Amino acid sequence: MNAVAEFFRNLYEATGLNFTVFYDPYDRDRYLRGVWTTIYLSVVSIGLSIVIGGVGAWLQGSPVALLRRLVNGFVVVFRNTPPLVQIFFFYFGLGTLLPASFDASGLRQPLLNNVQWAIISLSLFAGAFNVEIFRSGIEAVPRTTVEAAEALGYTRLGAYLFIVLPLALRVCLPSLNNNLVNLLKTTTLAYAIAVPETLYAMKQIWSESQNVPEMMSVLLATYIALVGLLVWIMHRWERALAIPGYGR
Amino acid sequence: MRGALPVLLPFRAPERGPPTLTRAHLVMLAVALAALAPAALAQASGAPLSPLAVVWKWTPLLLAGFGFNLLISFAAMAIGTAAGFGLGLAQLGSSRVLRGLAWALTQFFRNSPWLVLLFFAMFLIPFQVRIGGVTIPLPDWLKAIIGFALPVMANVSEIVRGAVRSVPTPQWESADSLAFTPRQTMWMIILPQCIKRMIPPWMNVYSLITMATVQASVVGVTEMLTLTGQVHAAEGGRPELFAPLYGFALLCFFVYCYPIDLMTARLERRFQVR
Repeated sequence: MNAVAEFFRNLYEATGLNFTVFYDPYDRDRYLRGVWTTIYLSVVSIGLSIVIGGVGAWLQGSPVALLRRLVNGFVVVFRNTPPLVQIFFFYFGLGTLLPASFDASGLRQPLLNNVQWAIISLSLFAGAFNVEIFRSGIEAVPRTTVEAAEALGYTRLGAYLFIVLPLALRVCLPSLNNNLVNLLKTTTLAYAIAVPETLYAMKQIWSESQNVPEMMSVLLATYIALVGLLVWIMHRWERALAIPGYGR
Repeated sequence: MRGALPVLLPFRAPERGPPTLTRAHLVMLAVALAALAPAALAQASGAPLSPLAVVWKWTPLLLAGFGFNLLISFAAMAIGTAAGFGLGLAQLGSSRVLRGLAWALTQFFRNSPWLVLLFFAMFLIPFQVRIGGVTIPLPDWLKAIIGFALPVMANVSEIVRGAVRSVPTPQWESADSLAFTPRQTMWMIILPQCIKRMIPPWMNVYSLITMATVQASVVGVTEMLTLTGQVHAAEGGRPELFAPLYGFALLCFFVYCYPIDLMTARLERRFQVR
């Protein structure tokens, strides 16, 4: 670790390339915390959005027309509006309408903080896309398979959970993969409501150290590495789930 | 159909299509608005304007801001499409170095967050360039357009590559046997067939970039979202104004993007290769 710090300190002195995040403990800490926040945001939103997608796709097949329409309305609205405006709408619009407590110094303590609102809006945004993705997967499951499950006494929920969803998941993994990568990239929007994720941390660092080009390269490299990691995990998962003789 | 064994029929997915809005959604929206209306109108009794009146009062300004968003999206799409077309063709070219370079550029700009690319353009493009003795200023909005054109370029590049790849190989072979040069084959035989396949994903990218233009407000370009914030401040910064104002922004984008989405889905179905 020290050698790395030493190298970048020397690099700065020799060439003027100022990579503060690698030798300045304060900046490094901020950067790492930013990356950690990005990972936290992504992992929680990915989990929630998959749950939203699964539940939404199940409700889309529900016999109750009202439920189906509600889900369809949710999907259509969230797919066709800008995610940044959604975040603002949730954080400012709904956040200020919710009841809040006041701390000892009289400051307003909202019920949900900015990180939580970011997670909620990002999950809903990606979840709307996931509903669509899961729906396409479910449509690819043969009707006869569902009938066979029903013949074996599965309930509608049971057949969905144990028969349809596992098969559908395998079909729609590639598009799910795409959407989750997109979600990871969308987490940068949390910057706008001051969530201290990677972009926010970097902005602070380059404002103080005046090293925009260097930090910009680190920032881009960070996101490419994170996206690469996610794609790698998804491919591992895809391979682990592959059914022999099904698909390529 | 009758008499055939149903179990052995080849499977065909039922055509349910993507979800669309129906008249029932209008009813639901009306019910929701009716439930919220007392809250929105209750504040009207006091001195300040009710939230809806505020939105109505500022609608011309906000719509002008929205128009600027659309302008950014058109410009970014035009630049990005032209550049992406070139990059996509380079990805399919015969030169190995060029191919690798184009591939790397495409992947780089496709996998970076759009907001980061926007920052990238805002900070790393100089505020003016000097060509000969002429100084050309590069205002923020122009840099934002370039920032949005970068991801468009990468996405269009992938669309072009995918579409060209989807043309059956015999097309290339028969063109070859008819003594077309590779360039002629590409421009006169392959690409005309590709245009049809490229339109739906291209419209998708357009819809995405339109929705992304609001991110320009984060880097200080005055567009609809910036104006919305300013309107909110001008009306005294009342917290109950946030939801209607941002709701109005959501509505504008929805009204613009939803028809595009519907048309994309319809074209996709029509152009589907079975």
